[in-house]
Amino acid sequence: MSAIEARKLVRRFGTFTAVDEVDFVVEAGEIFGFLGPNGAGKSTTIKLLCTMLKPTAGTAVVSGFDITRQPDRVRQSIGIIFQDPSLDDRLTGRENMRFHAMLYDVPRAAFVQRANELLAMVDLTDKANDLVRTYSGGMRRRLEIARGLLHQPKVLFLDEPTIGLDPQTRRHIWDYLTKLRRREGVTMFMTTHYMAEAEHCDRIAVIDHGKIVALDTPRNLKAMVGGDLITIRTSDNARTVTALIALHGIDIRATEDEALIIEIAQGDRFIPTMVDVLRAADPPIRIETISLSHPTLDDVFVKLTGHGIRTSEADTVQPLREMAQVWLGKKR
Amino acid sequence: MRHLRGVYTIWYRDVLRFLRDRPRILASMAQPLLFLFVFGTGLTPAMSGATNGALDFRQFMFPGVLCMAVLFTAIFSAISVVWDREFGFLKEVLVAPVSRTAVALGKVAGGASISMLQGLVVLVLAPIIGIRLDVGTIVEIIGLMLLLASVATSFGLVIAARQKTLEGFQMIMNFLLMPLFFLSGAFFPLRGVPWWMTWLSRIDPVTYGVDSMRGVALRHSVPPELLASLTLYPVAIDVAVMGVLAVAFIAPAVWLFGRQD
Repeated sequence: MSAIEARKLVRRFGTFTAVDEVDFVVEAGEIFGFLGPNGAGKSTTIKLLCTMLKPTAGTAVVSGFDITRQPDRVRQSIGIIFQDPSLDDRLTGRENMRFHAMLYDVPRAAFVQRANELLAMVDLTDKANDLVRTYSGGMRRRLEIARGLLHQPKVLFLDEPTIGLDPQTRRHIWDYLTKLRRREGVTMFMTTHYMAEAEHCDRIAVIDHGKIVALDTPRNLKAMVGGDLITIRTSDNARTVTALIALHGIDIRATEDEALIIEIAQGDRFIPTMVDVLRAADPPIRIETISLSHPTLDDVFVKLTGHGIRTSEADTVQPLREMAQVWLGKKR
Repeated sequence: MRHLRGVYTIWYRDVLRFLRDRPRILASMAQPLLFLFVFGTGLTPAMSGATNGALDFRQFMFPGVLCMAVLFTAIFSAISVVWDREFGFLKEVLVAPVSRTAVALGKVAGGASISMLQGLVVLVLAPIIGIRLDVGTIVEIIGLMLLLASVATSFGLVIAARQKTLEGFQMIMNFLLMPLFFLSGAFFPLRGVPWWMTWLSRIDPVTYGVDSMRGVALRHSVPPELLASLTLYPVAIDVAVMGVLAVAFIAPAVWLFGRQD
C-alpha cells in the first residue's frame, strides 16, 4: 500500500491557486522530497495532507485514510515537524513529550519506555528534565523530531526541518533522520529548498507555481539536465582528443587554459576507461589532472522552471525580517 | 471519551504551567495587597464616616479585589492562546486528533481553574482584615470564582480566537477590562450613583461576580441589614445571570475556535 496518494489536489486562496491539481504517490518507507522556492505551494500541500487546511478540490489518501472524510484517522497516523518551532518552552522536554502522548492517547506505560528510547536516539536524555527555553535551536528541533514519533506514526511530515539551523546541526538532524528510517521504517515526506538536502531523498517532486514540474530520483533528475563534466589536463591534448573521439559518442571541447572538457552521462564510470585508453596510447599520454563534476539539483531547477530557487534570500534575509516583525509586533 | 481526553490535556497544561510559575503566583499578591492596605486603608476614614463606623472599607473592597484577581488571571489565560499561536505551540494542539471543541472547552476549564487558584491565594488575606470565613463559605466562594472565571475566560477566548498578534492586547486592557472592572462596583457601592452608571453596571458581567462575592464572603463579618444595603441582588440571581452569560460566551468561543480554514 502506498503511504500517500494525492489525487488532483487543489487549494485556492481567493483567486490565487497555491496548489494546482497536484498528483503523486509516495511509497511506504520512502523519503520523498518536495522541492521548490518559497511560495511554490510546498507548505500548503503539507497542510492539506495533514488536514490543517481543507482542499478546494480533489483529495488525498494518507496511510489509508481520506484527508477530507477521515481527518481524525489521518491525524492519529501521522507525525508532523513544523517549519517554525511548536514547543512549549515553559515546560521541560519530557513534559512536552508527555503532553503529546496525552493528545495522541499513548498509554502511560508505553509512553515512558518510548519517550526514553526516542530521547536517547536524539541525544537529549540528559536534558530531558530541563525547561525547553534553555535549549539551543538544534536541541529544540531534535526534541520536535522525537515528539513527532512518539505515537508511532506511519508517515512523518517534515516542513523545512533544518531551516535556520547551522550546517553542523543540519548534518546531525540528517543523521537522526536516516537512523530513524533504518530503525522504524517510517515514510518521510519533506519540503525543502536546500538542494544539498534534497539529495538525501529517494525521490523528489519539483514544484513551482503550485504544479509539479518533475518527479524522479535525484540521479535521474540530474541526468535530465545533461551529463557529468570531466575536466582533464594532459601532456598532449591533440592526441588525447584523437584517442578519445575514437571511443564513442563523446563531446569534447578545449578551454583557453589548456584543459579539455568532456561531457558524458556517467562520468565516474568513464574515467577508468579513459585512463586505460590514454595509457595504452603509443607513446602513452600522461594525465596531469582530472576532475569530475556532476550536474546539481540547482541546474535541474533552473532548467525546469527557468529561474533559480533563490536560496540565498530565503536563507539569510527572510528569517531576520520575520524576527524583526515579531519584535515590532507587526502582522505577518 | 476522546473529547474528554482532549479537554483534560489542555486543562492539565494550563494548571501545570501555573503551578510551575511560583514567582508569578507570589508577585500577583502585590496588586491586591496594594489595593487593600494602601488604597483601602487610605479611604477607610472617609468611608467609615458615611456608615457611622459600622463598615471597615477594606472589608467592603475585599470581594472586589478577589474578583479582580480572578478576572485578570482569566483574561490573561485566554489571551495566552494568541501567545501560543505566535510562538507556534497552538499548531501542535490543532493538528492533534482532538476536536477543536475539546480544545476550547479545555482552555475554559484551565482558565477557570488557575483563576480560582489565584483567587485562593488572595483569599488567604481575608482573616488579616477581619473577614470571618467558615468551610461552607469558602466552598461557595470557590464556586463563585469558578463561575466568574468561566465567564471571563470564554469572553477572552471570543476575543482571542481569531487574533493573530498580541498588538491589540493593550487596547483590550485599557478599553474593556478596566471599564468592566471599575463599573462593577468593586471599589464603591453602586447605590446612589447617576442613572447612566447604574445602567452600564447592569450590563457589566463583572457586576454580578462582585455582587455575589460580596454577599457570600461578608456574610459572617458584616451585619445583615448593612450587607443587604451593600449588595444589589440576591446571590441566587447573580449566579443565574453568570450561568447564562457563561453559556452565552462559551458557545461562540467554541464556534470561533472550531472554524477550519
